[in-house]
Amino acid sequence: MLLAVLEVISRWAIPFLLLVIVSYGYFRGVKVYEVFVEGAQEGFDTAVRVMPYMITIFVAISIFRASGAMDLLAGALSPLAQVLGLPPELMPLALLRSVSGSGSLGLVTEILNHYGADSFVGRLASVMMGSSETTFFVLAVYFGSVSIRKTRHALPVGLLADLVAMIMAVVVCRRVFL
Amino acid sequence: MINSVWFVMVVAGILVGGINGRSENITTELILAVREAVELALGLVGVMSLWLGLMRIAERSGFVELLSRIVQPFLRRIFPEIPPGHPAMGAVVMALTAGALGLGNASTPLGLKAMKELQSLNPHPEIASNSMVTFLAVETSSITILPATVIALRAAAGSSDPTEIIGPTLVVSLMGTIAGIVAAKVMERLPAYRTDDTPPQ
Repeated sequence: MLLAVLEVISRWAIPFLLLVIVSYGYFRGVKVYEVFVEGAQEGFDTAVRVMPYMITIFVAISIFRASGAMDLLAGALSPLAQVLGLPPELMPLALLRSVSGSGSLGLVTEILNHYGADSFVGRLASVMMGSSETTFFVLAVYFGSVSIRKTRHALPVGLLADLVAMIMAVVVCRRVFL
Repeated sequence: MINSVWFVMVVAGILVGGINGRSENITTELILAVREAVELALGLVGVMSLWLGLMRIAERSGFVELLSRIVQPFLRRIFPEIPPGHPAMGAVVMALTAGALGLGNASTPLGLKAMKELQSLNPHPEIASNSMVTFLAVETSSITILPATVIALRAAAGSSDPTEIIGPTLVVSLMGTIAGIVAAKVMERLPAYRTDDTPPQ
């Protein structure tokens, strides 16, 4: 049941949003063609903007993996990963997700490339990446913008939500993709 | 933080590689890896453009505002400190809606505007208010209808079904958000985090 529902959502989300947004825009008198082009222009900029981050992360990870250091780390962390039900290969992503958005983006790219986007590890990494934001970044920027110094429970709340999302990612992906 | 992580990965990798006798391996992998990084980043262009183009229409047509109006009644319960009709509510709703649609660049300015409005309701300008923490809990665990970047990455990496993760991502982010809201509501009453204007239990 859950499986079927999730599959329908995955399959129809994009065509549905396209249909709704384009129709709504058209009937509200938006020049849909021109405005779409305008937005699409930003696509190139975004891709180019993330490229240096990806290269930088790829440098560190390729050294780390090719040397055998990744295997050592995965071995050392495997008890913790086992408790969480996480494949040890994804432990670095779990640690980095809340801290660095560009870093985890690079990491996910590398994982998709190395293990394959359609592998279980690749799918789980995708869900982990997509289902939360970079907590540290958001807190720093948002509180900084209004000069809040005492953030009270914001950080523990954010990290707790990240932890729950990570555990749920494992649970849901195991049900859906295994 | 990211600096230390990067430094440790590079240095530890080279040292371990030296011990394992894999130094040559490292060089080959390194050159291969940077080339792949460029190819993957360029592979993002198509899907990102599709998404950003669509989102521009959503913004310009007032579709985002329409969605905001639909979710507003639900959010009123989560943010009881915001008086009805106050501009803070509108700003919060817009920011969260934009976040859910994966608007990225466009959602950060909306989020900052929401913070500014919330700050105008805050009796202690240097201390985070309950609404702010709750807002950030929802914003950082962001309910994700469309994980646009991840889909683009998967397509670039040659996935046969880049969008199959939409459903699971939605469910997982929803649970993270619920956990965040509950945690924020519970912890705002704890002695360590209370402020004097929090009504006692």
